[in-house]
Amino acid sequence: METGSTRRDGLQGATLQAERPSNGSGALNAGQMRIDLRNVTKRYGKNLILDDISLSIEPGETVALIGPSGGGKSTLLRCLNGLNNFDAGEISVGPHQLGPQRNGSGREAYQQVRRLLGMVFQDFQLFPHLTALQNVIEAPVRVLNVSPAAAKERAMRLLARVGLADRADAYPRQLSGGQKQRVAIARALAMEPRGLLCDEITSALDPELKSEVLNVLEDLKQEGMTLVVVTHEIGFARRAADRVIVLAGGKIIESGPPEQVIDNPQTPRTQLFLSRVLA
Amino acid sequence: MKELARCWLAPLFCLVGILAPASRATAQEPEPLVWAADAEGGAPYIFKDPQNPSRNIGFEVDLAEALSRELGRPIIHRQYAFEGLVPGLLRGDFDFAMNGLEVTPDRRATILFSRPYYIYQQQLVVRAEETRIENFEQLKTLDDVLVATLGDTAAERLLDEFGIPKRRYDNQTDPYLDLELGRVDAVFLDLPIAVAYGKSNPKLKFVGPPVQPGFYAIGFRPQDQQLAAQVDAALEKLISSGELQKIYEKWGIWDETQRQLASASLDDVAASRSGLSFSRYFPLLLEGALTTIVLSVLSMLLAIAIGLQIAVMRLYGPAPVRWLATAYVEFFRGIPVLLLLFFLYYSLPGIAQYYGLSVSLQLPAFYAAILGFGLNYAAYEAEIYRAGISSIPAGQWEAAASLGMTGPQTFRRIVLPQAVRFIIPPMTNDFVALFKDTSLVSIIAVTELTKQYQILARSSMKYLELGLVTAALYLVMSVPLGYLSRYLEHRWSKDAHD
Repeated sequence: METGSTRRDGLQGATLQAERPSNGSGALNAGQMRIDLRNVTKRYGKNLILDDISLSIEPGETVALIGPSGGGKSTLLRCLNGLNNFDAGEISVGPHQLGPQRNGSGREAYQQVRRLLGMVFQDFQLFPHLTALQNVIEAPVRVLNVSPAAAKERAMRLLARVGLADRADAYPRQLSGGQKQRVAIARALAMEPRGLLCDEITSALDPELKSEVLNVLEDLKQEGMTLVVVTHEIGFARRAADRVIVLAGGKIIESGPPEQVIDNPQTPRTQLFLSRVLA
Repeated sequence: MKELARCWLAPLFCLVGILAPASRATAQEPEPLVWAADAEGGAPYIFKDPQNPSRNIGFEVDLAEALSRELGRPIIHRQYAFEGLVPGLLRGDFDFAMNGLEVTPDRRATILFSRPYYIYQQQLVVRAEETRIENFEQLKTLDDVLVATLGDTAAERLLDEFGIPKRRYDNQTDPYLDLELGRVDAVFLDLPIAVAYGKSNPKLKFVGPPVQPGFYAIGFRPQDQQLAAQVDAALEKLISSGELQKIYEKWGIWDETQRQLASASLDDVAASRSGLSFSRYFPLLLEGALTTIVLSVLSMLLAIAIGLQIAVMRLYGPAPVRWLATAYVEFFRGIPVLLLLFFLYYSLPGIAQYYGLSVSLQLPAFYAAILGFGLNYAAYEAEIYRAGISSIPAGQWEAAASLGMTGPQTFRRIVLPQAVRFIIPPMTNDFVALFKDTSLVSIIAVTELTKQYQILARSSMKYLELGLVTAALYLVMSVPLGYLSRYLEHRWSKDAHD
């Protein structure tokens, strides 16, 4: 199938900021980076986790992936930066093509894609033996060969941006869940990605801490960062997403602007899911 | 077969002796005498018959049989380590010790000796192609020769007297083996030993006349004067009847010097204690302790380096590499480190020679020890590291990967530093164990703390005092390690826990 014919998001393409505000984390040249999935299929044994998924995400778009557990949301997200491989199809991120990962071929492409797409995890996965500041400067220094002084300066700006400048020298165990997740976002931003993959990043947080993390995401959206967010926060999806995609049984069963998908769901499966989540 | 039965029954007889002490002596069957000697010491004194290893043979076995006939009492052999003969005698483990025991002033002051039954001399043996060394006198002038000898013998004391560089061994086979292999330049030992191990070997030759005569005599407890007198009488008979000469001729150790046995007396050897004082032995023990520390640290560093490689191979290698690493761990955990030390030190050079390899595999004793312990402990370390590394959650790898870090980067910077806190406590335990295991290296002629203790205690008889000081030295070194481990564990868990 041709890329054009598989796109289901024709409504959304035009809403993007072509130009991004300069925000201290370097020029985020979002205009270049589209994400395209073509016929991506993944199996675990006999189970079909992703069933011939095709999807395009425009530069600067915010996409919320919702749907029942086991529907394939996290797997889809992790395929985008190679944490999971897939069995058939193709993914392109900006100029980089990712095919089914077999015997390590395409490793270089994944390294490149990971530079474009940062990731934030449900359980933070901060490096516990490093302070907040050290967590943020580790990858720029090791991967981008930024000088430690420059990396530190940038890291302090990023920590300030997520409201944690005063906690730079704290170890992860000394931080609350919300603070940890904000450090994790700063850590991902330190690599100057053009997009951020967020895998249920508020699920492990107390309700009153969720907003401090979601507010950071909304700021990033304002600055033009591409966001792909797996979430159960329907309120956040409605407020911040340009497009909501419902995944169930490895298929995209619904896709569109939040006011359409969330407020006026078309399929019974989506209606059932939303009634349970919103109950 | 009779000999075997005796060996077998020896402990039983001892038991009977303890349970029913005096009453037995009055029965018709005379109470057997228990004779202690080290059959592992070697030829020609008492050793395993190569044709029938369950049987002991040697000139002292023949002498014991002759004595048994003269005394009209059975004599049963009890296996006892040579270095334990004097303390064992004083403990009352047996009735007498006859095992090439040299009459020294220190021993005379401690135990009772019979009349001499052999006059030994020291024989210098060198490699057949040796040209520099022609007799013992020359050793005093050559300064680049290394002479092998047995610890705590008259030969060693003579070498020390002239300041001749020596290497001490605790068995009589290895000095000649090392001489052949070129690790030492000469062996200086009692003539009977030289005859047994050096004479028939075409690669070695005797040089110079034997020197420094001394006596072998039978040792008794100081209070057993009656038994000593009986044995003296029996020995006199064997000497005058020529039976002793026949035994010595059979073993090739008879020489004209032995004619003096008829009139020989111990009176020339004055009983005196060397009085090894704290200020004299403590520096020697400290020297041993230093060797122990250096040996332990270097072995552990090697074990860490190899162990980490093996752990990484087992965790991340392709299947054949994993199998290889597993085989390494199983192999080195499964064999005793003692055997490994023997192999590295004694067998490797032989293998190189046999296959005509141009490389010399003759490791100096100290390096062989480091390699042996390093290889052995690496197997244990590898398992500790593997467990520590596997305990780091996969999410850490994913987080690092999502930041663009490579596998090796992630391992070095993220996984290993976290694994260290799981690794440190068992590793410290291993280090303390290694620390104590290093005492095994005495078998390849490295003098560390325990060996130094044995040497000093054996010659001075101060077993208790030296034992306490040595134990204190070990504790001073190992206890702080335990505290350090707990401190580090505590500190890291504080810093590191998420």
